[in-house]
Amino acid sequence: MKFIKIDKESWAKGLERLDDSFRLFGPVKQDKFHNFKELDKGELPDLSLLNTRLSPKSVVYPQSEVMFEYTLDENKEDHHILKEIDKDYSPRAVIGIRPCDAKAFLVVKPNFDAPEYKDPYWIKSYEATTFVGYACDTPCSTCFCTPAGCGPFHEEGLDLLLVDTNDHYLIKVITEKGENFLSAAGWGAEVDADAASDQIETMRHTAEAKITSRVSTDELKDKNITDLFEASFWEEAAFACINCGTCTYACPTCWCFDIQDETYGYYGIRMRNWDSCMYPLFTLHGSGHNPRDTKIQRVRQRFMHKLKYYVDKYENGIQCVGCGRCIRLCPVNIDIRRVCELMNSYGG
Amino acid sequence: MSAYIDKIKEISNRLLKESKVDMVIGFRKGTVPMMNEPCFAKTPQDVDNFVWDSNCGINLANYLTNREEKIGIIAKGCDSRNIVTHIIENKIKRDRLVIIGVPCKAMIDRHKIETMFETEIQDVIEADDKIIVKGDGFEKTLNKSDVLQENCAICIHRNPVKHDEVVGDPVEEQKDVDRYEDVRKIEAMPPEEKWRYFDDLISACIRCYACRNACPLCYCHTCFVDESRPQWVGKSQDPIDTRTFHFLRAYHCSGRCTDCGACERACPMGIKVRRFTKKLEKDCLDLFGWEAGMTLEERPPLDTYRSDDPDEFIK
Ligand code: SF4
Ligand code: SF4
Ligand code: SF4
Ligand code: SF4
Repeated sequence: MKFIKIDKESWAKGLERLDDSFRLFGPVKQDKFHNFKELDKGELPDLSLLNTRLSPKSVVYPQSEVMFEYTLDENKEDHHILKEIDKDYSPRAVIGIRPCDAKAFLVVKPNFDAPEYKDPYWIKSYEATTFVGYACDTPCSTCFCTPAGCGPFHEEGLDLLLVDTNDHYLIKVITEKGENFLSAAGWGAEVDADAASDQIETMRHTAEAKITSRVSTDELKDKNITDLFEASFWEEAAFACINCGTCTYACPTCWCFDIQDETYGYYGIRMRNWDSCMYPLFTLHGSGHNPRDTKIQRVRQRFMHKLKYYVDKYENGIQCVGCGRCIRLCPVNIDIRRVCELMNSYGG
Repeated sequence: MSAYIDKIKEISNRLLKESKVDMVIGFRKGTVPMMNEPCFAKTPQDVDNFVWDSNCGINLANYLTNREEKIGIIAKGCDSRNIVTHIIENKIKRDRLVIIGVPCKAMIDRHKIETMFETEIQDVIEADDKIIVKGDGFEKTLNKSDVLQENCAICIHRNPVKHDEVVGDPVEEQKDVDRYEDVRKIEAMPPEEKWRYFDDLISACIRCYACRNACPLCYCHTCFVDESRPQWVGKSQDPIDTRTFHFLRAYHCSGRCTDCGACERACPMGIKVRRFTKKLEKDCLDLFGWEAGMTLEERPPLDTYRSDDPDEFIK
């Protein structure tokens, strides 16, 4: 294992050097809160935040993404033919991504990159991205990454882990991608691995101890699907929900999209946009029938998918990394920790 | 406020015990600071969970739409006006409701308070007209009057307009409030500046529609933004579509909006959605002398036709 020390002055210089070979994304304060965006030349990622309002999933999987274009002009030879749009898949890096958000990419990966189905846009973007994680030393009270199978210093999904020791950064090199990123930045002061590793371990314990949300997921796997589906608590758990979809848009592990064509005169595009199981339109059939016509059905779907179907199908834990965004942003305080407890303890 | 909650529980228990209602809709304590969760009570144990404080800003009229049970509902001034609007628009029957009125002492603005602190707020306690905010290593006392939801700061109908039960004496209504200072500022802008103003206002919008869904007026089975035949509005992040959504929604609410602030409270991006609806609300007042939800006797100006209308164009 390799560890690098970067003093805070050479941090900015390295990022500047990276500008030539990488598109850099990082958290930036916009108006009242932080979000990930592509950094302008010389712009530094602001790492002094708790976490971004929305997750960085959009760096790989934008809310609206054009896939094809076409012309409807019959005078043109190639009219009515969908043509793939050129996209920028040059190397990019997300600086300051939190471990939960990085792990989230692995949680959604089996959906976009399965043996039988491949989503070319997601895969190409994902593969072009280097994930430079920022270890959390001040988790929020709504964070429950540790019980969700992740953690404030978790390394799955990261290429590099950046640890802020106050007077300098320590970087733990996790993958070859990370190694390449480091050499492009020209940071190279390697430090004694044992000492650095011990220091990080101590910080990790301190950070983990600060995560006080306890959520149990151990029984979910053994519950009977139909029992949970028909459980009596859904009416009460779903009552407040206004089906706004905020939880799913903010969530790093929600992956659903809808495909739309838009035309401007003769010119048209086919694009995909995030969609949400919270919306009635999500399951509306062409016949007019809607198998999830009521709020209770939709709320149940969101939680059953994350906490039961995913668990059973992929054997990869829950479809949630405990970032807590849905808890912080839900306008009516539907709390996944509470619903998870109800599910996990259902039927004794 | 604590006197209110005792009364709320007493009334709710009585209504349930006497089978006057099948459920009472109220709030239970939230799991994060400055949030309570709308909930229903069908048993005395459920009633025990009810709370009342300055974090009950969600408009509960939103939970009545098309329900058929007999319902007791806890109603602030604004909720009661939306209940009236619901009754007029046939979204709920008056005789299915027992309205438990709460003379409102105004709600606090969680977005505003959150942005006042650099680090996480872990606890917020209310004591009379003070709000005590606590976090890791800090504690700060704020005056409640400085951190009200913007709509509450200018509210002139805090007492419920219709109620069957009431949990306390009427509160004094605010007088001489300038309700439309912000609207007048926008009205005075030249057109290009107005465009820029609105584009800036909604630049962070993610089209989640929390604002619409939190609004009791937005009960359409299929909202115009969701229609696909014909498709009125595109679904991407295109600013034209986002703009269309906001302007049209505001028009759909004109003459019906009570300025309850539920939309702004709900928005995850902290967008001042009321800047749109308030203009229409002001116009209805200026042009028709109309305030939504004040009476069951009259229909809102935009859904009536009068043969003696003073305007020629409509005849
Ligand atoms: S759970 Fe909350 S955030 Fe999600 S759709 Fe329902 S109301 Fe919106
Ligand atoms: S479900 Fe909620 S807590 Fe879990 S990853 Fe999604 S937003 Fe974060
Ligand atoms: S708008 Fe008026 S009645 Fe409604 S919560 Fe605010 S102060 Fe109370
Ligand atoms: S709630 Fe906010 S972000 Fe969502 S659609 Fe409304 S204004 Fe946009």
